[in-house]
Amino acid sequence: MDHYYEVSDLRVTFAGDSGRSVAVEDVSFYVEPGEVVCFVGESGSGKSVTQLAALQLLPVPPASIESGKVLLSGENLMQYKAQSATMRAIRGGEIGMIFQEPMTSLNPTKQIGLQITESAMLHLKLGRREAEEKAVDLLRQVGIPDPESRLRDYPHQFSGGMRQRIMIAIAMASDPKIIVADEPTTALDVTTQAQILELLTDLAKKNNIALILITHNLGIVARYAERIYVMYAGNVVESGGSMDIFARPHHPYTRGLIKAVPRLDLGEHRLIPIDGLPPSPGVRQPGCQFANRCPYAVDACRSKPSLDLIEGIHYCACHRKGEDFDLLESKDTEESHKTTEGLGEVLLSVKDLKVTYPIRKGLLNRKVGDLTILDGISFHIRRGETLGLVGESGCGKTTAARGILKLIEGTTGEVWLNGKEILSVPEKEFRPTRKNIQMIFQDPFSSLDPRVNVEDLVGEPLIIHHLVSGKEEYHQRVDELLRLVGLDPSLKDRVAHEFSGGQRQRVGIARALAADPDVIICDEPISALDVSIQAQIINLLEDLQEKMHLTYLFIAHDLAVVKHISHRVAVMYLGNIVEISDSEELYAHARHPYTKALLNAIPIPDPRVELEREHEMLRGEVPSVLMRPKGCCFAERCPFASEQCRQQKPVLQFDEKGHGTACWQIRQECGK
Amino acid sequence: MGRYMFKRIGQAVVVLLLVSIFAYLLTYMIPGDPVYAMLGGDITQEQYDIAYEAMHLDQPIVLRYFHWLMNFVTGNWGDSYRYSQPVAALLGARLPVTMYLGIWSIIISTIIGIILGVLCGTHRGKLLDSILITCANFGAVMPAFWLAVLGMYIFALKLGILPTHGFVLPTENLAESVRTTVLPLIALSVGSIGGTTRQMRSGMLDVIRQDYIRTARSKGLTERAVTWKHAFRNAVLPVVTLTGMSFRNIVAGAISIEQIFAIGGMGSLMINSILSKDVAVVQACIMLTAIVVTISNLVVDIAYGVIDPRIRVE
Amino acid sequence: MKNETNSKVKKFVKKLFKRKIVIFAAFLVVFFVITAIFAPLLTPYDPYKGDFRAVLAKPGRAHWLGTDETGRDVLTRIFYGARTSLMIGVVSVMISACIGVLLGLISAYYGGIINLVISRFVDVMMSLPSLMIALALGMVIGRGTFSLMVILGISTIPTYTRMMAGQVLSIKNRDYVIAEKVMGATNGRILLKHILPNCFSPILVLLTSNIGMTILAESSLSFLGMGITPPTASWGAMVSQGSAKLLINPVYGIAPGICVCLLVYGFNVLGDGLRDVLDPRLRGSL
Repeated sequence: MDHYYEVSDLRVTFAGDSGRSVAVEDVSFYVEPGEVVCFVGESGSGKSVTQLAALQLLPVPPASIESGKVLLSGENLMQYKAQSATMRAIRGGEIGMIFQEPMTSLNPTKQIGLQITESAMLHLKLGRREAEEKAVDLLRQVGIPDPESRLRDYPHQFSGGMRQRIMIAIAMASDPKIIVADEPTTALDVTTQAQILELLTDLAKKNNIALILITHNLGIVARYAERIYVMYAGNVVESGGSMDIFARPHHPYTRGLIKAVPRLDLGEHRLIPIDGLPPSPGVRQPGCQFANRCPYAVDACRSKPSLDLIEGIHYCACHRKGEDFDLLESKDTEESHKTTEGLGEVLLSVKDLKVTYPIRKGLLNRKVGDLTILDGISFHIRRGETLGLVGESGCGKTTAARGILKLIEGTTGEVWLNGKEILSVPEKEFRPTRKNIQMIFQDPFSSLDPRVNVEDLVGEPLIIHHLVSGKEEYHQRVDELLRLVGLDPSLKDRVAHEFSGGQRQRVGIARALAADPDVIICDEPISALDVSIQAQIINLLEDLQEKMHLTYLFIAHDLAVVKHISHRVAVMYLGNIVEISDSEELYAHARHPYTKALLNAIPIPDPRVELEREHEMLRGEVPSVLMRPKGCCFAERCPFASEQCRQQKPVLQFDEKGHGTACWQIRQECGK
Repeated sequence: MGRYMFKRIGQAVVVLLLVSIFAYLLTYMIPGDPVYAMLGGDITQEQYDIAYEAMHLDQPIVLRYFHWLMNFVTGNWGDSYRYSQPVAALLGARLPVTMYLGIWSIIISTIIGIILGVLCGTHRGKLLDSILITCANFGAVMPAFWLAVLGMYIFALKLGILPTHGFVLPTENLAESVRTTVLPLIALSVGSIGGTTRQMRSGMLDVIRQDYIRTARSKGLTERAVTWKHAFRNAVLPVVTLTGMSFRNIVAGAISIEQIFAIGGMGSLMINSILSKDVAVVQACIMLTAIVVTISNLVVDIAYGVIDPRIRVE
Repeated sequence: MKNETNSKVKKFVKKLFKRKIVIFAAFLVVFFVITAIFAPLLTPYDPYKGDFRAVLAKPGRAHWLGTDETGRDVLTRIFYGARTSLMIGVVSVMISACIGVLLGLISAYYGGIINLVISRFVDVMMSLPSLMIALALGMVIGRGTFSLMVILGISTIPTYTRMMAGQVLSIKNRDYVIAEKVMGATNGRILLKHILPNCFSPILVLLTSNIGMTILAESSLSFLGMGITPPTASWGAMVSQGSAKLLINPVYGIAPGICVCLLVYGFNVLGDGLRDVLDPRLRGSL
């Protein structure tokens, strides 16, 4: 059977400090025109390397393509050198690419027009005039307003979402048959992500282009993919139709992945994480790569499983049968523990918190105005409760965290901790109180001092606040804390970079717990981690809360995660809380147009559910705080905005269930 | 851009004022009487008194500085006791010589350095890269004065094809001018060729790793097009800074070279004045150098804006 | 624990010397350090007393590199010149590093008026070539080995201050420093326990290559007659004196210059090698 584009038995290795390591191991796949095929896997699974290697775009050395065929309409491309004219005509001509980082993937010193026409002139042999006409047309197609005049602009004059649209235009400029999109929306906001993916799949369908979408996001896969390849540690472990795989996942890794992701549409449920650590590049074991994390591994797994047909086009590389797992699994479904009963008194209360930066201008750096980052937010958290703070980039959620912690100047309002106002207390006086309110950071790589070993990282709060009375007690406490977060205390002499991302985040959590705080502010604690590890950390945080009666302020951009972990959720937009309510209530009865749009934009990792949802797009992008609207912060993008919305700022209006909404339109509805 | 330049010019003026304070105080920091510092030890009491008056030594130091600064700004830079000439006239004759050599050296070393650096960057890890970068590393550390001595020994003394000393401006005699400039120019340029090559190479290697280069390659462009159309402009930015910095070294480099080849430029004037403690000349040399450096820094800022659109818009 | 430290050192050394050119550079540095330390054992001649029967002798069996105008053995003078160069290089780099690092640390961490004053000071120093500053300071402080160390030390302060300020500014806003504040650590603790140790690598790299550049500057000053006072041996001064006798004994004027090249090259490449290992983000210049 001949496919339009087919890769078979591709094997790629990299030269490293300790010999050659296998990045892609005998991967085969195919694509037909007009198809949307998703490659899903975590970092290091080889999903990007596979595509780059097929196009001979990998730097050789250190990379090396050991074996494999790449067939385009039956012609093997591997016979051509990477720099040969034929290969170049195919790369960019037949197959276009879109990369992850729109901020860095465009040349900052070249006008975008030139970057688009370049490809058209090279592959379609168009003249400058015609190429420019084509570029204008493409820009219009990808939704850049006023394309004629923007042709001469530079990349930095566009927002991230706009730049990704330009990337799409570049990839389309040579009328390719295939577009490979490598995590095209990972760096973008959720509402922008929805716009870009919708645009991309539309264009592909319209022009009969095959779209290869590489992603780690199961929701995106479920919403857009027709066929799926699941990759793990350089191997395709399962492949088949999207419906099939989500309905009857076969490989333990696929099964694990689907269970590890929090879902918006499900009520309270406990995530089932995949145990162990993701594979580190270069370390390979004999046999099935997943065996060491697989709960069902048997002796046979010591030999490498082949990708066997299950039914139709569904293939899986596993020695065991899916039915076995179904039996085993039914036992370990756990009940969620999230209850609102037993919540204590109000522990942390924030009133009209504002953060402004002075705008300075001129030779003397005179202050000419204020830039409002946080526009007065109020909320409270009770002991033992988790309040989720969710919003897209620039909504001020991280600023809120830092403002509450007294880390930034220009913070006004009130923050009450344990019945005491802390914002007005001078730093010196406040320092001893800091142990009561701790923080877990987003990036487990930058939040741990690279030169300090884990024992001292975790133990530092103990020393600062004189919580231990001797060496002996210090060691004991640190060991105890490490065990509490699931780390082996014998590893405590190591420094942070010797750990994986998930382990580092555990160290960060242990440090936050060390001083036995009342409140922990979690600032995007899982967004830098792989999907399978995210569930581990979420469960750890939930368990710790139950065990130690902790109180969390949980900040994230992923509404599904926030809804999963929080008792209540506050949705932020441009420095304001636009809606706040119980998490289940929020999903079921969202009122604010922004919350609705946000919920709509988040894909649910189940293609059956996705089929029935409407994909209504929010227009525009999050505006810069420099251009804050006068009235409702959302008025510019809101489909229901009235004159009142544009002129007057709405405040949170609560109903009897404690569901608050800041929207003029909702208020009118309530009035009726 | 306009506002930014305005701010930069303001900063430059502040720096120049601070340099002028340093230059002025030099007179008083040198051990011994400031009058002798300005006029040398070989003067009569009468001359001393006149000078004392002229330097306003009876007034507070702030006022004296102010007087001196006003004089300097209006072009009255005092007299050199060693040459018995107004400093302004002295420098007026010598600055063009130094600048002529210096600017040629910058042009030569920037062009050659950029070419070699790009060659290294595009042949990374190959033999050509290894050879060129080793040469560049050695070039960057060769003392200019030693190169001058070596060059003089080989080309002037042994082979006898170039003159051992002297300098002729091209306006006087072109052929002779070229013959006299070759050795000083080589000695002045080898170091900066080495430095520019290193910088250009590391710029290329840095840029080659960027995402937008991968984008360019994914379009199916040839390596040549990727290098020149996409990588070069971004990689050359740090070299612009380096070129700006090399203006700083025109005078410094000229000091020993002019001494060796007996060229009457600002460098040899400066070192002779320092050795004979002719303070008025040294002060003027410091101020002139600072002015040249400051102006070249401003030019670099503008050049940056031309090459990098991200700065232009601001 | 001790074994672990040992293996870390081994790993570091192995990484550092992975490139042959770095081995060569280290060899050059070690070679000159040995000649400097063991100079009296390596040569039968006195570096200061000349042999009047052999003035400006050509290289031969008795004097491998010939003699100078007072009949002193050139090779011996080169050995002792290594002493001068290394001593001045190391000491003045220590002086400038201590002052420069401190200024940079303070100016970037505290900001405000302190930062303004220090930045302007650095701007002024940067607007003049360091050789010129050294020469001007030479007029003020005078000549001699110690003065020379101070002069060369002062003239290279700005490089450290700039580097340190940049480092601190970038580290100051990293999450782990913010984490310290959240924990309740004092400014002093943050500066000394977390920021300074994390600046160690770039300081070490700059230190190494600056020793080379200072040796180069010393030779220039001595060449111009503003450096080492005779009769102390200095490579720069030897080139200066030898340049007048090129036709009689060219080796006298040229050999010391080669030594300057080799030693400075050694320090520079060693610095590059250190940077590649310690600070991979800055890699690329070699």
